[in-house]
Amino acid sequence: MLNSSKVVGLPLPRIDGPLKVTGRAPYAAEHFAPGMLQGYALCSTIATGRIAEIDTSEAERMPGVVKIYTHENRPKAARRDEKWKDEVAVPGHPLRPLENDRILYDGQPVALVVAESFEAARDAAALIRVRYEAGEPHTDLFREQANSYVPPVLRAKDMAPPSPRGNAEAAFAQAPHQISAEYSIEGEYHNPIELFGTTAIPAEDGSLMIHDKSQGSQNSHDTICKIFGLNPDKVTVRNSFVGGAFGSGLRPKHQLFFAVMAALDLKRPVKVEMSRSEMFYLTWRPSCIQTVSLAADEQGRLQSVMHHALEATSRYEDYQENVVNWSGLAYKCDNVTMSYEIAKLDVSTPGDMRAPGAATGITALEAAMDELAYEVGMDPLELRVINFVHRDQNQDKEITSKALHACYREGAARFGWSERSHEPRSMREGNELIGWGVATGIWEAQMSPAEARVSLSAEGKVVVSAAASDIGTGTYTILGQLAAETLGVALSEVAVEIGDSRLPTTSVEGGSWTAASSGTAVQVAGRMIIATLLKHARKMDNSPFAKATEDQVELSDGRLVLEANHQLGVAVSDIMGEAGLTVIEEHAKVEPDKAIQKKYSAYTHSVVFVEVRVDEELGQVRVTRVVDAVAAGRILNPKTARSQVLGGVVMGIGMALEEEGMVDHRTGRIMNHNIAEYHVPVHADIEDIEVIFVDEDDDKASPIGVKGLGEIGILGVAAAVSNAIFHATGSRIRSFPITIDKILESETMQ
Amino acid sequence: MDLSSQHPPLSTCPVSLTINGQIRNFDLHPWVSLLDLLRGPLELTGTKKGCDHGQCGACTVLVDGERMNSCLKLAVSLDGAEITTIEGLGTPDDMHPMQKAFLEHDAYQCGYCTPGQICSAVALLKEGHAHQRHEIREAMSGNLCRCGAYTNIADAIEEVLGTEAAASVREAAE
Ligand code: FES
Ligand code: FES
Repeated sequence: MLNSSKVVGLPLPRIDGPLKVTGRAPYAAEHFAPGMLQGYALCSTIATGRIAEIDTSEAERMPGVVKIYTHENRPKAARRDEKWKDEVAVPGHPLRPLENDRILYDGQPVALVVAESFEAARDAAALIRVRYEAGEPHTDLFREQANSYVPPVLRAKDMAPPSPRGNAEAAFAQAPHQISAEYSIEGEYHNPIELFGTTAIPAEDGSLMIHDKSQGSQNSHDTICKIFGLNPDKVTVRNSFVGGAFGSGLRPKHQLFFAVMAALDLKRPVKVEMSRSEMFYLTWRPSCIQTVSLAADEQGRLQSVMHHALEATSRYEDYQENVVNWSGLAYKCDNVTMSYEIAKLDVSTPGDMRAPGAATGITALEAAMDELAYEVGMDPLELRVINFVHRDQNQDKEITSKALHACYREGAARFGWSERSHEPRSMREGNELIGWGVATGIWEAQMSPAEARVSLSAEGKVVVSAAASDIGTGTYTILGQLAAETLGVALSEVAVEIGDSRLPTTSVEGGSWTAASSGTAVQVAGRMIIATLLKHARKMDNSPFAKATEDQVELSDGRLVLEANHQLGVAVSDIMGEAGLTVIEEHAKVEPDKAIQKKYSAYTHSVVFVEVRVDEELGQVRVTRVVDAVAAGRILNPKTARSQVLGGVVMGIGMALEEEGMVDHRTGRIMNHNIAEYHVPVHADIEDIEVIFVDEDDDKASPIGVKGLGEIGILGVAAAVSNAIFHATGSRIRSFPITIDKILESETMQ
Repeated sequence: MDLSSQHPPLSTCPVSLTINGQIRNFDLHPWVSLLDLLRGPLELTGTKKGCDHGQCGACTVLVDGERMNSCLKLAVSLDGAEITTIEGLGTPDDMHPMQKAFLEHDAYQCGYCTPGQICSAVALLKEGHAHQRHEIREAMSGNLCRCGAYTNIADAIEEVLGTEAAASVREAAE
């Protein structure tokens, strides 16, 4: 229940915007302290083996160098895995920087130079001589298929594919229409524009202030305290502003360890900022090989779904994500088999990247659906419509809401899908072949336990506090909006404090759950303030609230009023004055409703329509139009919500056409570890993108009706692009990214 | 400003720069880039580092009115230059029209590429080559945005371009 003075749902500009657009928002490596030192890491140039010798003598002679750390002199830190495991660690043995002479992946840090200036640290690092004994690297997933395995320890309970239902093999064999294809996706790198950085500032009293690039200040805090055995009360981690992360900041990165290690050892402030090439040695969206087999009856109704995926992981940890499970719930089908395996490579541990698992799995599923549509001979959108399902067949649960039909309808109308001619290669303009493709997207609507503190002063000033993060998602703004609306004040009266480990407990920002979780906590804390006000107001003489219950009152323009009659009310300042209070503060703790979770599954849905134009001679692809229609429950702020989806679409276009880590498998090294050669979409690549939010009421996915938006924007995009390329050219290209060379080599483009 | 405590192996050179309207004299080591001078000793961290190699545009500032990747410029090579950074374009209470347009169009998410985008856009309009959307997109392609705010950035620039064009038509008429 929300106040009638509307703040939520308005397309308001971000409250942190003025600081960002004027360059006043300080990110992790933008804090200063007297006597600050700079750290610079040296990374290994082999992918596997050991350091035979490391000679720092010349580097140490560089004026300005204070200390060089290698595995030979690294200060003590925890040894046990448990101490290194962060809140979202995966099964295995977390990497401990500079622990010993072993090299497990290309770019593993082998030394840290700490100097009086950045320039001295950087140049000294170039003077460190390392002699390696290199082993034979295994980095090619195709070649390691033989060594794949089912993860023996699950990262999370729901990570394993559900057991098969029906008989997919038999149903496949009997069906009149079948397709079966292998899809491969190269590894991708998150590459937020902000480099990973940490500033660690020790104080006289033994306390430590840390500014860390992270998607969770408390995760960084708890992990670093365990590693160095620090008193948690004396350590603060802040991440007030985060220059993008997309999942790469979920687990603490080595610069946090380095900055804290050197600050403790040298008793001086230390800043460590990575180089861009180092950003390729942290984590990545794992390369993946998938097989999808689909079968349908004459009308296109799915008879069988089989989906198998193999993904890369590192030598030292078993990263896992949910790639295939989506295939069991996206459409109605009674015969389904899914399986998921991983294989070890000499690489850094993969990690969650925007819509982890789903972005990979749904790309294959939705490309396969397009193939099936052409096999059956029906419109690809129609095929999806007739296979619509109302239930979560994987878990045999109801779905809280699914306005996907509205997405199909409104998206198709806006895009003009009905004008499409079915035949591939049937639309062109000049030397450009035109193709239209469609794909569905799906992501879990999750809520995690969260806390928030909200205070209201007699003057009507509101402060919201939670250890949540804003990685560009709009957390500052939407938490402010929820507090403003609940407490009946203007957004300008609300101060939002987030990004600080001392604030009320919040999980890492990931999985699109922040709005639903922290948002609910803020609203509950706001309602608690109203309850407290009501309690005091009831005691006043001639109180209009003598018989009112909490549900019957709300705050509006600085007054506690009866919801049914705003004329009846008392000024908040009077209530507080009478009670002898200047401020009321409440702390809320929320968690998902177990009873609802038992009965229901909750998902966000989308459909993406894409137009591509392919230059017939050059093979160059332009994505000229995208319409993404999204059903994500209640939209708190259409402006920031739209941006979330736009960003996802852009990254999806990158996934479809540009992004791939290129590894030289002879050396196991990433060749394009810079953002000139690792291509991401630039202004010139992005033309028209339209976002539609369809109406969707949901009172179960989260108490505030929100489902989350961080991931849904990318889903379906790569598949829709590839389907559009097929429609334009007549060629199926099943290896992502679909680069120009693959297009030019395809059958129909020769 | 005395930076000699940093004990570099090279001797320093005197450099005079006008930064956001203020004349500043330095004795600088030749290996200090303009970007690192701004972000380090000067604590002008509005200018961002995204690659240090001229690949991302996050470090874009105005040097004598022209946009430049400050990571690619050694500070000592700019003696006498006039430099405007994002901090010099406007403040939260008194924003440059381009900053306002970015705010209004939500032309950013994490905000990290944003100062570079804004400086680049301000110079772009002055260059006078970009009149249409596709020209804006082409001429802004040196500024990467991993959050994918591109369409909103183009909207913001188009809006400022439109008001500037309208203003110059008015001026010409007067
Ligand atoms: S930091 Fe200068 S272009 Fe990237
Ligand atoms: S706003 Fe995040 S990189 Fe552009």
